Amino acid sequence: MESINIFVKSIFVDNMVFAYFLGMCSYLAVSKTVKTSFGLGIAVVFVLTITVPINYLLQNYVLKQGALAWLSESFADIDLSFLSFILFIAVIASITQLVEMVVEKFTPALYNSLGIFLPLIAVNCAIMGGSLFMVEKDFAHVGEATVYGLGSGIGWLLAIVSIAAIREKIKYSNVPKPLKGLGITFIITGLMGLAFMGFMGFQL
Amino acid sequence: MDKNSNKYTFIYSILLVVIVATVLTFIAVGLGPRQEKNVELEKKANILKTINISSTTKDVEDLYNKYIVESFVVNRNGENVNGIDAFTISLKEELRKEENEQNLPVYIAKLDDGSKKYIFTLNGKGLWGGIWGYISLDSDLNTVYGVNFDHASETPGLGAEISTAVFQVNFKGKKIFDENNNFVSIDVSKKVTEGNIHAVDAVSGGTITSNGVRDMLKNCLNAYLGYIKKVKN
Amino acid sequence: MSKKNLKLITNPINKDNPITVQVLGICSALAVTVKLEPAVVMALSVTFVTAMSNVVLSLLRNTIPKRIRIIVQLVVVAALVIIVDQILKAFAYDISKQLSVFVGLIITNCIIMGRIEAFALSNKPIPSFLDGIGNGLGYGIILIIVGFSRELLGSGTIWGFQVIPDSFYEAGYSNNGLMILPPMALIVVGIIIWIQRSKNRELIED
Repeated sequence: MESINIFVKSIFVDNMVFAYFLGMCSYLAVSKTVKTSFGLGIAVVFVLTITVPINYLLQNYVLKQGALAWLSESFADIDLSFLSFILFIAVIASITQLVEMVVEKFTPALYNSLGIFLPLIAVNCAIMGGSLFMVEKDFAHVGEATVYGLGSGIGWLLAIVSIAAIREKIKYSNVPKPLKGLGITFIITGLMGLAFMGFMGFQL
Repeated sequence: MDKNSNKYTFIYSILLVVIVATVLTFIAVGLGPRQEKNVELEKKANILKTINISSTTKDVEDLYNKYIVESFVVNRNGENVNGIDAFTISLKEELRKEENEQNLPVYIAKLDDGSKKYIFTLNGKGLWGGIWGYISLDSDLNTVYGVNFDHASETPGLGAEISTAVFQVNFKGKKIFDENNNFVSIDVSKKVTEGNIHAVDAVSGGTITSNGVRDMLKNCLNAYLGYIKKVKN
Repeated sequence: MSKKNLKLITNPINKDNPITVQVLGICSALAVTVKLEPAVVMALSVTFVTAMSNVVLSLLRNTIPKRIRIIVQLVVVAALVIIVDQILKAFAYDISKQLSVFVGLIITNCIIMGRIEAFALSNKPIPSFLDGIGNGLGYGIILIIVGFSRELLGSGTIWGFQVIPDSFYEAGYSNNGLMILPPMALIVVGIIIWIQRSKNRELIED
């Protein structure tokens, strides 16, 4: 039950884009057409679902104070959490690399559509954000962390696909010139964010 | 050497990792004690706030030693648990355990006028993340003397108002037991009628966070009920 | 300072602003702009990391093996961010609590990686340093404008001090709660872009 709650909340309430503005760079750059944004969105879901649980295990069995106690009692006092940023980013960078290779090998069709986006993902704030929020939220077990990763990814996918759809349509609208492109995208995202705030306090 | 050879890449990465790790460890170890001190001082300052003593980073240590005369650990039945330092307990971890294994920290303060206050730890969930705090009760273990709440990431200006004095001052004088000595906790809700001694007004625009505070008070005070009843009798 | 070097600093502040023109680094920025103080600290931290990482990678630029280029960059940036985080935790504990995870997110702030790739890897350390400072400031200025307007309109305070007099509130003025909500940061940036582009017509997109 708690897992379903986390899942729904991470899509709608704690939405990466609308509540925390994470992954905005690629969100703004790649949201010109629905097709490409869907590809990037899927890649983000993929990588988040894998990296969040891996980093969860890393955090709880290596980095946290006393996390090394399972190795030997004498390690119980070691606190390596200052290394978390560097290890998280290393995991993310290597997983994206790995995912890229696996996808290329087994599903060339998917690779062709995702291809250029995968390397970009390593520096997508939403991925790093997923891991950092996972630490802050302090989940009870790795299942919850996985669900959180999946949910955040889907939330991000939802956001980028909807803004892409809007941008496709808004081309035909009479937007004030200085506001065209970037400006109006910001404002629309803000308005969508306000709409998403309606989900606040959503609980199952 | 060829920059793109395997050997060069390998040596390069090892060197990089070693240098970075050394520098970081050096910094982390060097600043570690200072950071721990910050956390400890903040906790002490928060405990003191519940008995209306405001402190600065400089005098918090002295004030804490002066006013907090005793701290110990109890279980849910109110029996003392020995061998654990109350200050190091994380209530959040304890609340996750089985009920009969929970260790609950209790602080006892003695004010300038000689009155004795009981301080209990609170921990719960707000809208976005965790909320926590302390509550101090008068020696009748019924009347609230003061509270202090803090939060990880509530909406500033709305839910985050729970950490302001304006909200917290409302708790003073409220009672957690009704006339028949039943535990009722303190409700945090909208439209509280004047003179209601078991409820305070919720934060406007922060309903979920307010509900979080209400649930936190109910859960945590309930955990301490064994101890409270034991002392009262 | 030569004219060319000065340009490295001044250009990113307006005409080549990382947020409103280059569209970099919005991610970790906007969530800390509810109040002015964390916005300023965030701006300083990012400026520090951008400048330092530019210098370090500019020094290393001729030694980095091509295949692990991105990882090397990430490691250097992450190390610098950890240093900032540790220093904040030790000396500015309150602010570090407010910034929480957003300090860590500086690592994936596109400004930093973007400037390393676009500038530091092909330039000498000193210009790289100036480029880093310039871009950090350009980023900071947007953060500060957003933080300033959100704090003023949303809470009626600046840097935590009340600036809107009580008589206003008595006369029926009330704080605009909307400004405090996250989405308003985006709308404020949208308005900044609008103003900037009406003044610099050459920036308008077709």
